[in-house]
Amino acid sequence: MFKKVLIANRGEIAVRVIRACRELGVRSVAVYSDVDRASLHVRKADEAYHIGPATASESYLNIGKILGVAKLAGVDAIHPGYGFLSENPTFARACADAGIKFIGPPPTAMEMMGSKTRARQHMEKAGVPFVPGSTRGMEFEQTRETAEKIGYPVMLKAAAGGGGKGMRLVRDPKDLKSSFEAARSEAERSFSDSEVYIEKYIENPRHIEVQVFADEHGNCVYLGERECSVQRRHQKVLEESPSPIVTPEMRRQMGEIAVQAAQACGYTNAGTIEFIADQNRNFYFLEMNTRLQVEHPVTELVTGLDLVHLQFHVACGEKLPFAQDDVQLRGHAIECRIYAEDPDNNYFPSPGKITLLLLPSGPGIRRDSGMYEGWSVPIDYDPLLAKLIGYGASREEAISRLQRALYEYFVGGIKTNISLFRRILAHPDFRAGKLDTGFLDRLLADSSNKIADDERHEDKVRVAAIAAGLFAVLEPAAAATSNGNAAESTPAKPSEWKQSGRIEALRSR
Amino acid sequence: MTYEISIDGKSYRLDLNKEDGRWKCALDGEPVEVDAVIARPNVMSVIIGGQAFEVKRERTATDMHFWVKSARFAVDVRDPRSLRSRRAKGGGVEGPQKLLAPMPGKIVRIISAAGTEVEAGHGVLVIEAMKMQNELKSPKKGTVKQILVAEGASVAAGEVLAIVE
Repeated sequence: MFKKVLIANRGEIAVRVIRACRELGVRSVAVYSDVDRASLHVRKADEAYHIGPATASESYLNIGKILGVAKLAGVDAIHPGYGFLSENPTFARACADAGIKFIGPPPTAMEMMGSKTRARQHMEKAGVPFVPGSTRGMEFEQTRETAEKIGYPVMLKAAAGGGGKGMRLVRDPKDLKSSFEAARSEAERSFSDSEVYIEKYIENPRHIEVQVFADEHGNCVYLGERECSVQRRHQKVLEESPSPIVTPEMRRQMGEIAVQAAQACGYTNAGTIEFIADQNRNFYFLEMNTRLQVEHPVTELVTGLDLVHLQFHVACGEKLPFAQDDVQLRGHAIECRIYAEDPDNNYFPSPGKITLLLLPSGPGIRRDSGMYEGWSVPIDYDPLLAKLIGYGASREEAISRLQRALYEYFVGGIKTNISLFRRILAHPDFRAGKLDTGFLDRLLADSSNKIADDERHEDKVRVAAIAAGLFAVLEPAAAATSNGNAAESTPAKPSEWKQSGRIEALRSR
Repeated sequence: MTYEISIDGKSYRLDLNKEDGRWKCALDGEPVEVDAVIARPNVMSVIIGGQAFEVKRERTATDMHFWVKSARFAVDVRDPRSLRSRRAKGGGVEGPQKLLAPMPGKIVRIISAAGTEVEAGHGVLVIEAMKMQNELKSPKKGTVKQILVAEGASVAAGEVLAIVE
């Protein structure tokens, strides 16, 4: 096993990997930018080094600075987490050149999978099913011919794209030309690469992905699937495993194809093959994510494996300690991504100081978090604060445990999307497993599905009024009106002398 | 003592007196038996007629909310004896209004420079946080008296950005 590992990341995933280090007896090295000095990963690590200003390109994305720390601290390996440098082949190569193990796939596999069109060419050779369309970028006339052949609606996509940028849905042939040009210029602006390809558009698709794991001795297994159809602006919000629609036969087919895809690009370590599935259970290759995923905990809970431990063992050159037949799925797990976002303001990011944090616990609840009470969420990075994962013997049990945990969870001082999960988990379509990638947009557009309250609203208003007065008497320092000391973000501790004096004064009235 | 409490715009009168170690409480003149304990700062356990509630108090830079179970209420507490409250009471949208930063961020654009006449709801500045932009709107019809920040400036939550009169 490694002696010392640098975690080239921040937030909850850095904490997750540092925990694995401690469990495996590996020393952990954190890196942090100016605004992350007080972040949780710095507190949990054995060593921590400053790497520059808040701007990611000058800190978490700066290969030179990170490798400088790695050499200074004398680490054997680097874990990249997700995002930042995790899918950057230049970084993986620079690690290898410095004699440091990159915990992830070889750079050649990342390069092959990094370009959607190149990935498609290789995957088609390996017999992986694709949504009908072109395998590479084309000029307009060819694109138009392909569209006629595969039939409308079609989707135009940037070859170098991601996160919904450079994508255009075309339902009517007369819109093809303008959409094609718009997609090209957006692709050029976002990725400095105007290559655009075309695919048949799948109506009401589901997003289902397969976790694969490969060692450096040619062994590769699949670890079940994750349903990630609950999305907003192409960003996942809630994931679960297993998928409500995947049958054992479909799981085997998807798994075997995912393993073929991984082997075709010489993959090692943890990876994910994303599929798009239609409501008739036809599925097509979407892309491969060459890293540990945000949603890996749901797979861990249903397989009983620790994927980060496994990443460390495989990166050390060990063989996978089990075969495909040993992998058994048990129970059901659902993950909620807790974001610093304001539900009343179109889910706009809401950074700031966390003034109060009440945490859920109890049966079947796991929290992977990067926040703590008193911490200020920086404005500079992704608003993911924590992941709340519920596990149960059945999907229903996992849902009810999560609902209970969400009821206990409270994050004060900043806005979060916790209330959104109450709505999702109570929605009849969600409970019936009737999901597609448009589910969340429909839920948000429909204001009528607010949650039925267990008490009458008016009762709660009365409780709030009474509590407000009691707070003003019992804990007065922080009870100033909103017009008062508004700019003060931390309530001062009330003077006990002043408080008892005030209570005495009230008594004598 | 008596408090004036407004919740989501509606006003309540609350009389609170402690007698023999118990709270005597009346909401809009109607007596309520209540037992309350501060469990930790900003968290209160309230029992009213055997019904138990966990109430959380949340103060952000610009406002105060109370959470009863999972419901959230914008609350304003006024102690009529307090001078500050009496002064603040006239509030509303009369007189000069301050535009506060709702979150820490960066000012990316000033839409309405000082001297511009604005309608209520008209954009004044654009603030960016976590790569997302948010337009701050005028709370009233009037004139932008002052812009207190420059484009590109980093601001803290609650900082006064502009004044509209």
